[in-house]
Amino acid sequence: MAKFTKKKDGDLPAVSTASLPDIVFMLLFFFMTVTTMKDSSLMVENTLPNATEIKKLEKKDRVIYIYVGKPTQEYQKVFGSEPKIQLNDKFANVDEVGSFILAERAKKPQELQNVLTTALKVDKNANMGLITDIKQELRKVNALKVNYTTYEGDAFNNLQ
Amino acid sequence: MPRRKAAPEVNAGSMADIAFLLLIFFLVTTTIETDAGLDRMLPPIEPPDDTEVIIRQKNIFTVNINKNGQLLVEDNLMNLKDLRAAATAFLENNADGSCTYCKGKKDPASSDNPSKAIISLKNDRETKYSTYITVQNELVGAYNDLRNREAQKLYGQDFTKMEAEYLNPETPSAVRDDLKDKVKRIQDMFPQKLSEAETSTN
Repeated sequence: MAKFTKKKDGDLPAVSTASLPDIVFMLLFFFMTVTTMKDSSLMVENTLPNATEIKKLEKKDRVIYIYVGKPTQEYQKVFGSEPKIQLNDKFANVDEVGSFILAERAKKPQELQNVLTTALKVDKNANMGLITDIKQELRKVNALKVNYTTYEGDAFNNLQ
Repeated sequence: MPRRKAAPEVNAGSMADIAFLLLIFFLVTTTIETDAGLDRMLPPIEPPDDTEVIIRQKNIFTVNINKNGQLLVEDNLMNLKDLRAAATAFLENNADGSCTYCKGKKDPASSDNPSKAIISLKNDRETKYSTYITVQNELVGAYNDLRNREAQKLYGQDFTKMEAEYLNPETPSAVRDDLKDKVKRIQDMFPQKLSEAETSTN
């Protein structure tokens, strides 16, 4: 009988939390690896259009971003509500695009300078006039590879 | 000689707290996104050589977008939904019969063969960007449809998938080398000639 009375009566043993740090660390490492830090805050509205025939932009270090859109609410008082270009952290005019691209290109390592892509993140409500001017500037500095960044989705949703 | 005491064990009880703190920090700052979009090449500002290339009118498929988002395709008003089919028909029309894999109607008034066919896209300055992207999407889609068809026939898989795998840096280089020729071959069957002329000002 002594065999059976050894059991503690009713008390549930505490769940061991010793492996909790391991689990949390695992999650932590997951998020650390998939994280991309935001490098510039958006000052323009940026709802991208949808498209289906898209290609992924691999290799973030080879991409230069140009944002276009209406200034957000807080900047509208100063900059108006016409679509503007945002380069890094400030608004810019069309004629500054070329020098911006050249400056960004000079910052990249030599071997990447010829394979850079310019990602145009343009709000769906912007007009093509501004985009055409930007494209013209890009051609002037020989930055011919562009990517019209879009969301994945039915392109006909754009028209509504 | 007194026995040396073993070093006291460090209490790891707060490790979870520290890890949680870090975890929450990364959770908050994370944006899981890979940008994707339509890849295009802009034309160089100066022509590579000064020989004037003469392109016959029937080899050009003109698409005009006006400021209201209406399409004028080959001088006819067209619905955006029909654009992909019209572009596909134009690309593989094969009037001179030199394209063996085309299934076009061989209409003498349309393009000679895929390598001569050029799509010219023009837009107004007031065209909305979303309309422009939709049109671009449909035109690229027409090319992709044709390329996919040929890739299915030759290699049993979609061209877009092959190209994505080829461009993905995580693909082993042996596979990449193999894909390179295949991708190149399909691209040459239907070379993407999409010209974006300067915007009309009126």
